[in-house]
Amino acid sequence: MRSTDLGFRVGIGIFAAALLLIVVAIGLSLANDSSQSLQRFGLNFWRTSDWNPVAGEFGALPFIWGTLYSSALALLIATPVSLGIAVFISELCPAFLRTPLIFLTELLAAIPSIVYGLWGIFVLVPAVRVVEASMPDGVRELPFFSGPPFGVGMLAAALILAVMVVPFTSAVAREVLKTVPMTQREAAYALGATRFEAIRAAMFFARTGIIGAVMLGFGRALGETMAVTMVIGNNPQVSLSLFAPQYTMAAVLANEFTEAANALYLSALIEIGLVLFIITLAVNALSRGLIWSMAQS
Amino acid sequence: MAIPRPVRDSGSGIRDPLPPPEGPWKIEVEHLSFFYGDKRALEDISIKMQPNLVTAFIGPSGCGKSTFLRTLNRMNDIIPGARVDGRVCIDGKDIYGTNVDVVSMRRTVGMVFQKSNPFPKSIFENVAYGIRINKMTSSRSELAGRVEESLKQAALWDEVKDRLHESALAMSGGQQQRLCIARALAVKPDILLMDEPASALDPIATQRIEELIYQLKADYTIVIVTHNMQQAARVSDYTAFFLLGRLVEYERTDKMFTAPSEKLTEDYLTGRFG
Amino acid sequence: MMLRKIVSALFVGACAISVVLALVPLAFVLFFVVSQGVQSLNVDFFLHNPRPVGEVGGGMANAIVGTLMLTGLAGGMAVPIGILSGVYLSEYRGSRFASAVRFAADTMNGVPSIVVGVFAYAAVVLPLGHFSTLAGGFALGVMMIPIITRTTEELLLLVPNALREGALALGATRARAVFTVIVPAALPGIITGVVLALARVAGETAPLLFTSFNNAFFSTSLTQPISSITVQVFTYAISPYEDWHRQAWAGALVLVTIVLMCSMAARLAAARVMRVRGQ
Repeated sequence: MRSTDLGFRVGIGIFAAALLLIVVAIGLSLANDSSQSLQRFGLNFWRTSDWNPVAGEFGALPFIWGTLYSSALALLIATPVSLGIAVFISELCPAFLRTPLIFLTELLAAIPSIVYGLWGIFVLVPAVRVVEASMPDGVRELPFFSGPPFGVGMLAAALILAVMVVPFTSAVAREVLKTVPMTQREAAYALGATRFEAIRAAMFFARTGIIGAVMLGFGRALGETMAVTMVIGNNPQVSLSLFAPQYTMAAVLANEFTEAANALYLSALIEIGLVLFIITLAVNALSRGLIWSMAQS
Repeated sequence: MAIPRPVRDSGSGIRDPLPPPEGPWKIEVEHLSFFYGDKRALEDISIKMQPNLVTAFIGPSGCGKSTFLRTLNRMNDIIPGARVDGRVCIDGKDIYGTNVDVVSMRRTVGMVFQKSNPFPKSIFENVAYGIRINKMTSSRSELAGRVEESLKQAALWDEVKDRLHESALAMSGGQQQRLCIARALAVKPDILLMDEPASALDPIATQRIEELIYQLKADYTIVIVTHNMQQAARVSDYTAFFLLGRLVEYERTDKMFTAPSEKLTEDYLTGRFG
Repeated sequence: MMLRKIVSALFVGACAISVVLALVPLAFVLFFVVSQGVQSLNVDFFLHNPRPVGEVGGGMANAIVGTLMLTGLAGGMAVPIGILSGVYLSEYRGSRFASAVRFAADTMNGVPSIVVGVFAYAAVVLPLGHFSTLAGGFALGVMMIPIITRTTEELLLLVPNALREGALALGATRARAVFTVIVPAALPGIITGVVLALARVAGETAPLLFTSFNNAFFSTSLTQPISSITVQVFTYAISPYEDWHRQAWAGALVLVTIVLMCSMAARLAAARVMRVRGQ
């Protein structure tokens, strides 16, 4: 009996080990295949902003800029909306609406990225172009709004990322709010709190988990590829302007991977992939850690 | 002034003499019925309570005593499907009437819960919470003074005065419960509702809470739900016995525990069921 | 006091508005996909291959077959690994190895799909020397494994311990107890999880861009590049041809329909299981 149980454990343990193997393999293969670029360029790779591989220039700063900027903007838009939805579904909405609303927000998450991208190109970008073109000249002076109204650019990317992030953050925030004991809200109500004040007390209790949920959304936005590359303009420049077409790490991989004509070019792209991997790993680990620590207390 | 100690054993003992049972009533409940959806949880309850006395609600599990307590500050409003018939008058005004501001009413009727529920903040912030949201003070020193006063009233000040800014969650269960009492007192209610405040506490902490109740009675009207009959006998002036959502008997404590009028009450008190 | 009440009412209003704000893009996207896609959805779309560049007409038959093959490959790879590792995680919860595997699964879930594509490129395309269906299936499989692992683990944990103890008490080995009692008890949920994971990877584009790449012709070869609905939609969308844009919408409609059908099926299955269990 003991040996068959052991055999069982080892047998399925091998399959479980496959996951460990794959994760390690991903890390190793990325590191290995980017070694040429790592050795050749070192840290300067990430400090220069001229990306012209055909002419031998490999400055990857625009990509990390674009990734972080677009994700941060998306977070700015998506976080209040996600928390609003989470609060509405878990604290405010009538019981019969709960399931349909949850289903609808899950649907948002299920729509493939390419479909968002398609809609982005043909519906969102023209709309953004109209908005950009109708900006008053005074606003145009600001660095955030400078440049011709292409439509494609940081603003469109941030908007579409926000739409894609909302279902994730709100789902996790909702779960987190469910774990707040009812007596926290009751204590607030008993002291004469309004609805808002009592919910605020519950959200304070859940603050670690909520931050974790927001970080999860951030991680999601960092890695998003298709929808972003179809609306961001794919121009490797560092710009504060929402109107400017820019580039992200995921987008450049999608567009240029098959075009890489030589080993150095490919290695540089894989280095970008490596850094993207590390950043999303860190953000996701942090977010899970926060959510887990909330579940413990 | 020497404060008479509450008696530990039921029956004979020193108590302040009770005023005659007449108005004006602090709390007057008329024909109250309470429903969760279709299910009736409380049936036709009428009771009159005088100010500055302690009333205990006793009865077996599920008899409705906690539910009734929670109708006194409209805490059941937050449960979906809850419905109330009848009147609950505090100082003569029906709190279920139209045009009643529930939020400000709740400030005047304080509540302490069965399991202490301090906010995950510092001791100071917990007590200050109600003062802040109700904007009851206008300066930091006034706020600090109020917090100190409330903690003293809850007999907690000496233990925490040097660590006001430490987390409330680091205190013992008994201290947390006294903190919750201080928090409730900070908003200066007239009435204090206590739902089994000592059931999660050890005997020594329980004794301190009971002493506290005795001291607070001078300034507040207290209603306490307890499953512990001896506790009811120790701390309360009047006792109400509930069974299956109905009020079976409401009487002066000393009379109820020695010569109850209803057979059901007698059966419960002598342990025939419960 | 009045101010506090107003603030509270505004807050409630803001929460309601955020719900609307999130549902508006959903409605918008679905509306456009359906209205634009339906126009181009015809028999040709399903039966014909793409016409040469610039010519009008043709369809996505090869892409549909491609997506089916890629998803099938991915499932074939991911389902055994995912379910068995899920079994391990639930049976040997506390062990350090299980914690490491769980961490690996969560990490894999967080890896951007494009990075998975890069990995699959290094693992399959480079050794083979060219793009292939195998590489695409591998990439999608890598994405599916952690999803199925975690879902299986969670579902198995929901199975009451009493069932396991009952089987063991009757003399079953651990393996037998797991495979003949526990897994069958959780099977409806596991199947739902697998279906949802399949639908999810069927909609992926990034990992296929440089693994299965694309193929203008009909192909079912495992070692040649193959078309897929997602990559085809991408290619058409960024092209300058009106006709290709139309077909892109049609492809998007097919994708969204698959996703919607799988989601609904999953929900209905879950609801039925709840009813049968008497919950």
